Amino acid sequence: MLGFVIQRFLQAVLVMAAMSVIVFCGVYAIGNPIDIVIPPEATQEIREQTIRRLGLDRPLYEQYFIFIGNLLQGDLGRSFVYNIPVLELIGGRLPATLELVLISVISATVLGVSLGIYAGYRPDSWVSKTIMAVSVLGFSVPSFWVGLILILFFAVNLGWLPAGGRGETVEIWGIGWSFPTFDGLSHIVLPAINLALFKLAMMIRLARAGTREVMLTDTVKFARAAGISEGTILWRHLLKLISIPIITVFGLELGSTLAFAVVTETIFSWPGVGKLIIDSIAVLDRPVMVAYLILVAFLFVTINFVIDLVFALIDPRVRHGAAA
Amino acid sequence: MSDPVLSVKGLSTHFFTRAGVVKAVNGVSFDLARGEIMGLVGESGSGKTVTGFSLLGLVDAPGRIVEGSIKLNGVELTTLSEAELRKRRGHEISMIFQDPIATLNPMLTIGQQMKLAIDAHERVSAAAARSRATELLTQVGIPSAAARLRAYPHEFSGGMRQRVAIAIALLHRPSVIVADEPTTALDVSIQAQILAKMRALARETGTAMVWISHDLAVVSSLASKLAVMYAGRIVEEGPTATLLRDPRHPYTAGLIASLPAMAKPGAPLNQIAGSTPSLLSLPEGCPFSPRCTHASGQCTTDADMTQNGGRQWRCFHPVGQTAPEPA
Ligand SMILES: Nc1ncnc2c1ncn2[C@@H]1O[C@H](COP(=O)(O)OP(=O)(O)OP(=O)(O)O)[C@@H](O)[C@H]1O
Ligand code: SF4
Ligand SMILES: [Mg+2]
Repeated sequence: MLGFVIQRFLQAVLVMAAMSVIVFCGVYAIGNPIDIVIPPEATQEIREQTIRRLGLDRPLYEQYFIFIGNLLQGDLGRSFVYNIPVLELIGGRLPATLELVLISVISATVLGVSLGIYAGYRPDSWVSKTIMAVSVLGFSVPSFWVGLILILFFAVNLGWLPAGGRGETVEIWGIGWSFPTFDGLSHIVLPAINLALFKLAMMIRLARAGTREVMLTDTVKFARAAGISEGTILWRHLLKLISIPIITVFGLELGSTLAFAVVTETIFSWPGVGKLIIDSIAVLDRPVMVAYLILVAFLFVTINFVIDLVFALIDPRVRHGAAA
Repeated sequence: MSDPVLSVKGLSTHFFTRAGVVKAVNGVSFDLARGEIMGLVGESGSGKTVTGFSLLGLVDAPGRIVEGSIKLNGVELTTLSEAELRKRRGHEISMIFQDPIATLNPMLTIGQQMKLAIDAHERVSAAAARSRATELLTQVGIPSAAARLRAYPHEFSGGMRQRVAIAIALLHRPSVIVADEPTTALDVSIQAQILAKMRALARETGTAMVWISHDLAVVSSLASKLAVMYAGRIVEEGPTATLLRDPRHPYTAGLIASLPAMAKPGAPLNQIAGSTPSLLSLPEGCPFSPRCTHASGQCTTDADMTQNGGRQWRCFHPVGQTAPEPA
């Protein structure tokens, strides 16, 4: 098990190193930051001073190592626009995205897996057919449109829920969160539903397909032949047997939604990271973009690492296979 | 003679598919005495597995038992509720399957799976469950059983996994075990060990067995009684030795003639020509008639079971008194 963890950890470090090169070169290729940092009317002398001060006269590989050196010390530079450290800027926006995404991905998974298991267990009942019809809808309707409809219906027409913003927040560990207050929670509901629909549909499909497959196996037949009840078969056998793809998709969805909740955050004026990035791209705030890409890469690598560990924890074949 | 532990009469199980009704089992009858091992043989698709599942009330949709009676320890099973049936499965009647790799859950330890099977019928402490599981594993011949409770199925060989499955089937000392080709997937030497073990267990525990196989040679070494199935029916039944020496039904005779031991060395095996009819559209009368060398015009009607001296067959023109001696 320890060998497995070390091996996966080294892999993760390697991927991060590769990602940092790609991000660095990619953003380097976008254009010269000088044109943004220095006013066009500056003298040639000031231009050259600034270039030297920013280290932009050094060879590319040197620049990269300076960048990596700073990165390892937690220094991702300062935003051109806000003139505060990038990490502080992103860190300030992260909780908003985090609570929205966690709530939507977790509820989509719990609900989706339950509905999917039901639909796979009783494929011919009309409830299952309804569930599957809803999941088709979740796949095919564009997210921004659903967002607008949700606002129109629940906020404008019915007036039950607010249309945007975070509502009342509470400070926990010096960070503002919406979910503990009723007002904050009511603000989360619509954007969370908006984000969750597609994931819900996906989880339903995944759980249903897994359930149908597992219920036909000899493992289930043998359990039934031993007199084990259907409830126990679902809880103790099925859930574990279908868990691998579900955990994989859960992790990837968590990562991609954290990174790219842009559309929903924009529609619901949710002050999260996605909105920050869109704004930064619009004004070419290069340090924010670089830091964001690096953080996203880090997020995915971490999630993959954790998923691998979880696999090893729940599936003995993975655990033993890697240790051998 | 004492009452049979299992008595099956006129059992029919059909699958109602889109393509039509698949008559997988058609009027199967047999009795099983305490501790008796009956071999159920027949070609692939003859309905052996469906018969086995019917006995446990585990026929999957779109199939169901359409007719007949199954009495287990005197209780009629076909009219029981699912809850009542569940109480008997694993308790009074168990089943083991062909592929031990597919039957055990790869993500639970052997101990966890045995605990689930115990909990299905009894409330016992974890310690009591462990000691019961250890006892059963030892009984089926798994070395250092107590330590093996924490192992996962993939840590066992195929033969050992099948022993674990047998131990699970035996946990509650059932009256009957349905064994659906449990040694087919195993090496010949391991097969022999398991057969010997099962024979001993049947004798020690008094458990009766329905031993399903398409391999007449394997079953005849184990079973005291044989039932030969063809196209969903039992076409001949009787004591193993008698049947092998002196088959009545042309299909039984064909099966025996196709045994490797019956062929001259180097000569091809005598397979029965033709193949099983589609269960969707069985021919009029005897389903074996298209392949039967004895068939006559009479065979387009249904033959009844002929009972004779502790054996029975379903044929208008039974094979003669003595089978040809092997050369
Ligand atoms: N779920 C099902 N739907 C439709 N037909 C089925 C179903 N299950 C079994 N059958 C049919 O029932 C017939 C008998 O199958 P069964 O599995 O009992 O044969 P078998 O004698 O056990 O053969 P084998 O030696 O290959 O295991 C087959 O023709 C099969 O197609
Ligand atoms: S009844 Fe006729 S066709 Fe059927 S096995 Fe006997 S002789 Fe052959
Ligand atoms: Mg079979």
